[in-house]
Amino acid sequence: MEPRHSERGAPSPHVGLFVTCLADLFRPSVAWASLTLLERAGCRVSVPSAQTCCGQPAYNSGDKARAVPLAKSVIRAFEGLDYVVAPSGSCAGMLKVHYPRLLEGEWRQRAEHLAQRTWELSAFLTEVTPLPLPANRPDAGHVAFHDSCAGLRELGVREQPRHLLRQQCSADIAELDNRDVCCGFGGTFCAKMPDISTKMCDDKLKAVSATGAPTLVGGDLGCLLNLAGRARRQGQNLQVRHFAELLVGDINQPAIGESGD
Amino acid sequence: MQQTSDNFIAAATEALHNDYQQATRDFLGQMAPKATAAARANFGDWDALRAHVKRIREHSLDHLAYYLEQYEAAAQADGVQVHWAEDADALNRRVLEICREHGARRVAKGKSMVTEETGLTPYLESAGLTVTETDLGEYIVQQAGEPPSHIVGPALHKSVDEVRELFLRKHDLGERALDGPPELVAEARTVLRDTFLQADVGIIGANALIAESGHSMLVTNEGNGDLVANLPAVRIVCTTIDRVVPRAEDATAMLRLLVRSATGQSVTAYTSFYGGSRREEEQDGPTETHVILLDNHRGEMLEGPFRDMLHCIRCGNCLTHCPIYVAAGGHAYGWVYPGPMGSVLTPLLTSLEASSALPNACTACGRCAEICPADIPLPDLLRDLREEESQQRLNPRRWRLGIRWHARLLRFPRLYHGLSRIAIAALHRLGRRRGAFQSLWLAEGWTGQRDFPAPQSSTTFMQEYRQQSRQSLHSQKAQHDGE
Ligand code: SF4
Repeated sequence: MEPRHSERGAPSPHVGLFVTCLADLFRPSVAWASLTLLERAGCRVSVPSAQTCCGQPAYNSGDKARAVPLAKSVIRAFEGLDYVVAPSGSCAGMLKVHYPRLLEGEWRQRAEHLAQRTWELSAFLTEVTPLPLPANRPDAGHVAFHDSCAGLRELGVREQPRHLLRQQCSADIAELDNRDVCCGFGGTFCAKMPDISTKMCDDKLKAVSATGAPTLVGGDLGCLLNLAGRARRQGQNLQVRHFAELLVGDINQPAIGESGD
Repeated sequence: MQQTSDNFIAAATEALHNDYQQATRDFLGQMAPKATAAARANFGDWDALRAHVKRIREHSLDHLAYYLEQYEAAAQADGVQVHWAEDADALNRRVLEICREHGARRVAKGKSMVTEETGLTPYLESAGLTVTETDLGEYIVQQAGEPPSHIVGPALHKSVDEVRELFLRKHDLGERALDGPPELVAEARTVLRDTFLQADVGIIGANALIAESGHSMLVTNEGNGDLVANLPAVRIVCTTIDRVVPRAEDATAMLRLLVRSATGQSVTAYTSFYGGSRREEEQDGPTETHVILLDNHRGEMLEGPFRDMLHCIRCGNCLTHCPIYVAAGGHAYGWVYPGPMGSVLTPLLTSLEASSALPNACTACGRCAEICPADIPLPDLLRDLREEESQQRLNPRRWRLGIRWHARLLRFPRLYHGLSRIAIAALHRLGRRRGAFQSLWLAEGWTGQRDFPAPQSSTTFMQEYRQQSRQSLHSQKAQHDGE
């Protein structure tokens, strides 16, 4: 394939899309939207087939020994590319912040090298290759935004997705009064301590409903599956979507946890 | 104190069902972060102060033996008797010996988490002494027969009404209104006044030890610490070896961080520096002064991977920033130190076995580490403790094996993608109509209280992507062949 060139004539960056296991399994539309956005921003995108999962479940459960080979295989699959981009702050944070901690020696160097080129999707589309305005702007309407903790604190992702949502699809963004508090997902935490997790999730959903926004948008499928699942159980009428889906105007299909019929 | 940390999950659930106390905790969880954030914002360069104090603490710990010796020599020169206690029992015994030497019967105590850690009060009581807590919060929980729920505000879980009822029941003072906090405080003050005057021994803690002068620093908002330290004939300071810093200005730099992070004040009402006993020409102060320096596993921490935890200045800010602490409440943690700092300290100071739930009481959200004035990477330390748990097989077998097999499978991308295709196709077919599952085999932890969203599509993304790439290759080829 010929390398594509951006308008300025520089060769277009070659981006490896880190799909994330949750988008792969539960929400392919998030991965497709990410692919579309990256191409629209002028990138050449590859999806290495050797990728599975970043290894967070093992790493966060204290099984570092089993997270190590996963980290190495991600590094191997992506290190030949210019950038790694993930539609998830927590997976990008795992690659960027935790792989260098997890690995040693030569592998740590390789991890650090990759870390410098790893980005969360919205940060990449604002800080590295700005996303051009689409010809017809979709209208996302009134949406509440949920910040995921890893993106927020490990990567400083806060304004980037908001900026894109406003700029690309005229979103009217409602802020949650507990926006810097965790939604209670926490990977395996939500299944280990379900009562505490549910309380945290309910606090978040209460704040969402106080905004009156019909849609909740975020950047991490873990949190979104948790929030959508709890909202459904409670009978709370709420559409939960990933921001990438809104940015490409993909809002006709069912929201997370909604039936297709 | 009887440790019940292994009961964390059940205790948290029970606490969550008490709506009234939950509302109190929610309020605390909203107000305390606001107060401390305002205090940080009003200070000049907070991050520079934080970095400065971190360097002081690192330096002090790097040269701990040196500064402890310097402290001991300076304190002794000032007439202080310095004692070393290896563990909780040694501290308790030493305190009792001192009390016995003086024929003491009544002991007044200032607030001290170290003596909570060693269980000093019940120890002295079982030896026949009368021990009274004089910090208002500590006094309230002592009267209620409860442990503290927060390291700075021991009775923060109690509402004004609960305290009023408690005082009406416990203080034999006849009919009275006791309306509102000022009247409650006034009554506690009256009752405690006699305690200060009658006590034979006063026991206080220390926020810092100053090596160059041999002084100990104590901050309080009620002034009770000073009365306890100065009115009884014998003063005993109970503290730990990691509190020592080189100079007075190091202690006050730490103080700036501490006060703002603890209560959001810019300065506490009372900051005192204690040296030795009353001098000949002086009118008041104790006639004998002791300092007991407790180790209780801190020496081990200094040498091991959890050394960062020794930087903790016990401000309590990580507690009220932790949504899990706010949900579960301090008592659920089942020992002296709750919240994120407690989930790290409890396994280190007791045993991982007795507190294996605590390192798991974390979503790694990072809010605690972000505001911790001592810059302690609490979520990382908790993850490291989970690693030790996993190595010692203290976590549930089901979890350990589940994680292990999942990680094994992930190492074989083809197999993984093949199996996930089958699983996703099946899950999608089953869940398509409702869009989510209300219960799912092996996922009860999830589906107990929330639905499990069904996969969006009958195919995985990797599968769709491969099919598409193949199709576009085919169409390119067809085009090519047609030309
Ligand atoms: S860990 Fe940090 S925030 Fe928590 S009590 Fe200690 S110093 Fe304060």
